[in-house]
Amino acid sequence: MARGFRLLELLPWLALCALYVFLPELLPLGTQIIIMIIFALSLDLLLGYTGIVTLGHAAYFGVGAYTSGILAVAGWDGPFTGLAAGAMAAAVVGLVMGLVILRTKGLALLMLGMAVTLIFYELANHFQAWTGGADGLQGISVKPIFGLFEFDMYGKVGFAYAALVLLACLVFVRHLVLSPFGRSLVGIRENATRMTAIGVPVQQRKLIVFSVAAGIAGVAGALSAQTNQFVGLNVLSFELSGTVLIVLVVGGAGRLYGAFLGTPIYFAAQDILAKGDPVYWLFWLGLILIVVATFARGGVLGLYDSLVQRFSALYPAQLKRGNP
Amino acid sequence: MSSFLNIIVSIVFHGLAYAMVLYVISVGLSLTMGMLNFVNLAHGVFAMAGGYAALWIMKTQGTPFVLALPVSALLVALASIVLERLLYRRLYGAGELDQTLMTIGLIFMATAAAHFAFGPLPQRVDLPPAITGHFLVAGRDFPTYRAFLIAAGCVMFLALWLGIERTLVGARIRAAVDNRSMAQCVGINTSRLFTTVFALGSGVAALGGGLGADIIAIAPGYAMEHLIYFLIVVSMGGLGSVTGAFVAALILGIGDTACKILMPEVGAFFVYVAVFVVLLIRPAGLFGRAT
Amino acid sequence: MKMLRKITFGVVGLHALIVAPALAADQVVKVGMILTLSGPSASLGENIDRGAQLYFKQHEAELPPGIKVEIIKRDDTGANPDIAKRLAQELIVRDHVQFLGGIVFTPNAAAIAPLATQSKTPFILMNASTSNLTRLSPYIARVSYTQWQTAHTLGQWAARNGFKRVFIAVSDYAAGVDSEKAFEAGFAGEGRQIIGHIRMPQTTPDYVPYMQSIKDAKPDALFMFTNSGRITTAAVKGFAEAGLTQAGITLLGPGDIASDEELDNMGDAALGTTTAAIYSANNPRPENVEFVKLWKKAYGEDTVPSFMAVCGWDGMAAIFSAIKAQKGIVTGDGSIRAIKTWINPVSPRGPIAIDPDTRDVVMDVYINKVEKVGGKLVNVTMETVRNVKDQWKILNPQ
Repeated sequence: MARGFRLLELLPWLALCALYVFLPELLPLGTQIIIMIIFALSLDLLLGYTGIVTLGHAAYFGVGAYTSGILAVAGWDGPFTGLAAGAMAAAVVGLVMGLVILRTKGLALLMLGMAVTLIFYELANHFQAWTGGADGLQGISVKPIFGLFEFDMYGKVGFAYAALVLLACLVFVRHLVLSPFGRSLVGIRENATRMTAIGVPVQQRKLIVFSVAAGIAGVAGALSAQTNQFVGLNVLSFELSGTVLIVLVVGGAGRLYGAFLGTPIYFAAQDILAKGDPVYWLFWLGLILIVVATFARGGVLGLYDSLVQRFSALYPAQLKRGNP
Repeated sequence: MSSFLNIIVSIVFHGLAYAMVLYVISVGLSLTMGMLNFVNLAHGVFAMAGGYAALWIMKTQGTPFVLALPVSALLVALASIVLERLLYRRLYGAGELDQTLMTIGLIFMATAAAHFAFGPLPQRVDLPPAITGHFLVAGRDFPTYRAFLIAAGCVMFLALWLGIERTLVGARIRAAVDNRSMAQCVGINTSRLFTTVFALGSGVAALGGGLGADIIAIAPGYAMEHLIYFLIVVSMGGLGSVTGAFVAALILGIGDTACKILMPEVGAFFVYVAVFVVLLIRPAGLFGRAT
Repeated sequence: MKMLRKITFGVVGLHALIVAPALAADQVVKVGMILTLSGPSASLGENIDRGAQLYFKQHEAELPPGIKVEIIKRDDTGANPDIAKRLAQELIVRDHVQFLGGIVFTPNAAAIAPLATQSKTPFILMNASTSNLTRLSPYIARVSYTQWQTAHTLGQWAARNGFKRVFIAVSDYAAGVDSEKAFEAGFAGEGRQIIGHIRMPQTTPDYVPYMQSIKDAKPDALFMFTNSGRITTAAVKGFAEAGLTQAGITLLGPGDIASDEELDNMGDAALGTTTAAIYSANNPRPENVEFVKLWKKAYGEDTVPSFMAVCGWDGMAAIFSAIKAQKGIVTGDGSIRAIKTWINPVSPRGPIAIDPDTRDVVMDVYINKVEKVGGKLVNVTMETVRNVKDQWKILNPQ
């Protein structure tokens, strides 16, 4: 359903197609960007729309990655079944964790989310026989997509596959945020007490969105396992939780397309700044973050909005309503 | 049996020393977060800066350890005032997301700067001979340095507790933590108070960084690597509570050490499970005020 | 007229004959180095890079005429197999490298292995130490070492030298477990016991309590493996502080725990540490004296090369030898064939060679002890074990 569909929304897809056609050597990078976008989209549901600030979202990415990876090694290596398995495992874990941690807010919620991810990291490190531990999970193979397209060295099939999954996730999330359910999430973010007063089951909704967001994060994780044909402990790292947060906020949270903007900007910045001296790219990233947090709160999309406002104030085409 | 007792004594002693370092570093964060409601993830940067400053002063000026510590703490406190006025102030009203982002940015910049200035390897610490070595108590020998840390931590706790509970400034701080707008109505210059508390917190953290430099090594990744521990102490203890941070540091320091020694299989999980359990039962922390 | 045309063509033809080969022979062989250059393990990647660059600068002139080598460096930022794999893909597909090299962490190497096979790119490992890595692709060769060469040899040495009761403490992750098993396999035998095992979490704040419980068990020696860098420094200091040195307990470990560049940081706590290492900066071999001199000139009088630096040096040497052996016409299969049979008697660390059956390095392992020489802490070699192969692959044939 293309509710309120705007032509501008075709832009990311045009960009992806252009990448495929004109810059095929960047496809492996493109695939990683797509995976991060899906991950950031899932975080946007939580952070941007519902106002749940978490530094522990990597837990669900990791659960998705290891689930589909372990299944693939054990012989269940269909691509779409792998994604489904990863999504479901992550959603279930998200539901259980959500039941526990969504009763808190603020710093407590932040800490609990982090604690969950850290616990999972240690578990994955510990159960080496299952996960490969620090050496990583090897031997993941994936059956050809639709029985036709085998994963190739140049990353073409991986890229197209990831783009397809991104499309599906976007359609789903977009539908969700434009629905009454999605609107109520924004209400919960703005004023949960009032929402309860008008009869919205706030806790239940928060739990549902937490589980859904975890599931989509699981899809991203499973996709990562399949396109890399490898899973390392870094899928459960604190760094990953931090990176997806940065990516989303730089693009603009609560805007759906913030993820689409923030991710390429982050990766591009990293590519450019790290070429000079890899160590000091952290310095520039830190500076960018401080600038964004201080002067550009809504991320790039927020900047765009305020620019549009300024420009339309320059040459107002209409008189203000009510004035002669 | 005696061997087991030995191990317990060792765990308590060393856990306590580690706990004291954690405490001195984290108490400042508890105060600033409690008072300013500001998610300052970059708190570890001040501890790291204190460590680097103290070691650098010792190496280049030949200053003795006990003098280098307060000097470096003062320097870092002054620098933090500058940072507070320039940067932190702008985000006092902003949501926790933006504060998180800004402070993460600060950590990154500080990490890169430390790497640039001092290289990637951890800093070597030359402790003064007075506190190295061992001393005997009841037939066991204990490292003097650790005993020194325990003493320093307790003194710091006492000083802060007395300062907060028994002085006028402390009363004002407590008032501002409890109810900022009311405190302003009563005529307390909260803006100046914030800066004071921020500088105090950062200075004490710097002291902790220098004190604990031999246990928690000073390296560029310091602020990020130990962030989780500082946050756990603060959230478990309760924001704005000097006593809470102390108790939480004790639980963490001794408990973490105990579990890693006695039950190495599950030792790594203790810390995370502990904070999980505490925050579920008391989301505001052990000594925090529920909002 | 005909004469003029003939002469013109002749001159042009001659000119083409002279100039063309020179133009055609101008070839750049690209080497992609994927290392960890940022984050807590930055010093590891930095050392390998420095060693490789040093070899490159010293030996550039030895390349066949018209051949140039270009090193493209990339940072995988840590144990991030997805990033490492993507970087390798880009190096192969975008930059058209003819060699891949480097890698600090095993998972990064494992993720890249299928790419090396698919693209027929020789992949030279310069640090990642899990034994089975060379089996993951016929294009992988390793010049660094495995725990089953160092820790295992140490186990055998300890057995030969009268140690009867040994306690084992390793960092709780894959490499630590690997090291533990390697030592045990080498040490096992009549009258000898491992009296205890501890796996220490990597986030351990304080090693002294571990050390005290180990002291109470009264072993002859403690075998320890910890992640390089800060953790090892803390552990070694903990060893001394808990009084184990005074109690007569020897600290044993693979060379990783007494890396030459870290000795200064560890201070006197490290004295007496006995390791099985692939290198000592103190080695009096003329090739090493020369190497250390070059190093200090390039990177500073007070810096010291470590085993990682030597692995970078040797890795680049292997690549250069392959280029020279193929007289500049470099192919993937040709390169790996050349490297498989590579013998290098003049490496700074000692004579090394690649075992053609396993594509893993064969080298001398040194039993080093940390002593104070001239006021500085150095690794002094007590014994040399010659031509050590990776035991794990011998015990686990394919």
